[in-house]
Amino acid sequence: MAETTKVTDIDRSIYDIRNAEDNDYRMRSGLTPEIVEKLSAEKNDPEWMLEFRLKSLEVYNKLDIPDWGPPIDELDMDNISTYVRPKSDMKASWEDVPEDIKDTFERLGIPQAERKSLAGVGAQYDSELVYHNVRDEVSKQGVVYTDLESALRGPFAELIRKKFMHLVPPNDHKFAALHGAVWSGGSFVYVPEGVHLDIPLQSYFRLNAKGAGQFEHTLIIVEDNAYLHFIEGCSAPKYNVANLHAGCVELYVGKNSTLRYSTIENWSKNMYNLNTKRAVVEEGGRVEWVSGSFGSHTSYLYPMTILKGKGSSMEFTGITFAGNGQDLDTGAKVVHNAPDTSSVINTRSISKDGGISTYRSSVVINPQAKGAKASVSCESLMLDSISRSDTIPAMDIRTGECDVGHEARIGRISDDQVFYLMSRGMSEEDARATIVSGFAENVSKELPLEYAVEMNNLIRLEMHGSM
Amino acid sequence: MSETVLSVEKLNVSINEKHILHDVDITVNRGEVHVLMGPNGAGKSTLGNVIVGNPAYSVDSGKIVFGNEEITNISADKRARSGMFMSFQNPPEIGGVSLSSFLRTAVEQRRGQKVKLWDFKKELKAAMELLEMDESYAQRDLNVGFSGGEKKKSEILQMLLLKPTLAVLDETDSGLDVDAVRLVSKGIKEYVEKCGGSLLIITHSTRILESINVDYTHVMVNGRIVKTGGASLVTEINENGFADYE
Repeated sequence: MAETTKVTDIDRSIYDIRNAEDNDYRMRSGLTPEIVEKLSAEKNDPEWMLEFRLKSLEVYNKLDIPDWGPPIDELDMDNISTYVRPKSDMKASWEDVPEDIKDTFERLGIPQAERKSLAGVGAQYDSELVYHNVRDEVSKQGVVYTDLESALRGPFAELIRKKFMHLVPPNDHKFAALHGAVWSGGSFVYVPEGVHLDIPLQSYFRLNAKGAGQFEHTLIIVEDNAYLHFIEGCSAPKYNVANLHAGCVELYVGKNSTLRYSTIENWSKNMYNLNTKRAVVEEGGRVEWVSGSFGSHTSYLYPMTILKGKGSSMEFTGITFAGNGQDLDTGAKVVHNAPDTSSVINTRSISKDGGISTYRSSVVINPQAKGAKASVSCESLMLDSISRSDTIPAMDIRTGECDVGHEARIGRISDDQVFYLMSRGMSEEDARATIVSGFAENVSKELPLEYAVEMNNLIRLEMHGSM
Repeated sequence: MSETVLSVEKLNVSINEKHILHDVDITVNRGEVHVLMGPNGAGKSTLGNVIVGNPAYSVDSGKIVFGNEEITNISADKRARSGMFMSFQNPPEIGGVSLSSFLRTAVEQRRGQKVKLWDFKKELKAAMELLEMDESYAQRDLNVGFSGGEKKKSEILQMLLLKPTLAVLDETDSGLDVDAVRLVSKGIKEYVEKCGGSLLIITHSTRILESINVDYTHVMVNGRIVKTGGASLVTEINENGFADYE
């Protein structure tokens, strides 16, 4: 693969920083205020954002790496901070989406329309031309869909200042702090009151060696009585040298509005995916999460919903597929803070070739949430005896006036099922893939067609040669 | 000379080192209906499973020839593609896979080519009507939440669409009510008449045999075929049981 000069630049800057600092200092601090200042200047941040970044950096340096999940000690924090600087450099190079990336999408079966919105991802970093089609159509309704950087300098600057990292404050955890210090790229979406957006907004995050979008920030504000479906696709090509994704998603759902947020993540298998997603839902509002986690070396991912308004609701549908060398810790969190709120969490996890898949959830029902309903259902499928599957559901119920259900199941593909399908002419590999796709069907049926196709292709790719 | 479809020769089979079938011989010609009877645990289902290639069993000696090909060590999917079928005694549930999409895949495997959705739907509808199955079953997950009778009808439905040259029916009539027996028998008759296929019917009872012309009856006891006769043997066993052979 031909590397661009940009990559050479990155390599040199990594080299330069190492030379300029002494090892101990680098190891301790990882990321310096100087680097953050430089990044901020390059991004032409407003003053408050620079301050925000520097404060986040302080928090980051104070907090410890979480010790309750999959091991992340191989994560070289020193290296990660150095990724930050060149990341903003690469803005200009996004215009030319490389041939091999296009080929990859072809292989993944993403149709023409989807490729167009992939190209749209580039718009988040600099020009807006790639999203132009979408924007023309939706802007008539007053909908704003743009990259966060330009939104910070536009008419929504004050609103963003109020909402940015308000749901996920930098002191939430170490990687939220890191995100606050070095975030770059991502989307800003604003849906005005009463607007029902029929077509989904899509962004596809394709990470390459230059590491764009590693710390992307997605901020979505849906005003009252509105509807939005936002689709996020994430994948990384094999040549990716980036090793940390610490994005952040903040969703504000207004009264009687619905926001559907679908994600298919397929990071390369050297990725530490420490992503934070959170939504707050006002009275009568609803958030629907659809989440597929396939790639990455290690994941910590638990989209959280705060049901703030009376009668608000959430539904989380997720699937996780952990293969060889992968340790994926995923699930969902919900906090019921108001009466008559309801939540449904429905997950599937698959582990194979020694992969570890952990389901972790937290349901909190606070005393004021009288009449709340919560239901949790998680099913795991282990494809062989060397793989692992764990279920860690936590519930904290503080009122008697609520209805809570929980169901967990762990299983294996039975020889009977495989033989049955084979006795109808399917090869053993197809039989297994069919069973796994069927197991994942509750998620794929929730996805838009092209993503459902991509997900089934991913399952087939993962299953291929698994015997 | 009639054409031999299946020939089982001196077959010895074990599972988990337990010897189950002893020197079993069976020959089935084109269009013939064979009935395999015997007490519980005699090894009837084992024979059916071994014929269609269930890898849980090991063939210790002897051979199975299907058409002109020895298939003793060939995998179940290849046997199915070349025209073997078994109606399972307890078909497993496959969640998230609809009966319709599964069956279309199976039909394509069997015919070795893509089948147009429209054509497939027409065939499926006709077969479901014959078996008086509600159309909604096509969209339900394969065998999930099906009653005993529905499962058996779904198996016969698959047989009708796959048009095998040899179908093994493993206890297809067990646990069925009168109405379901009638419909399953109707499906089997349709298969015999329209496809000219051969049948090996494993059963305890004789209810589904009433409307089908039986050519041969085999009695299996303790893993051995102890007697082979014509259709009248069914009636005899029906009256006297297996005591004479044990």
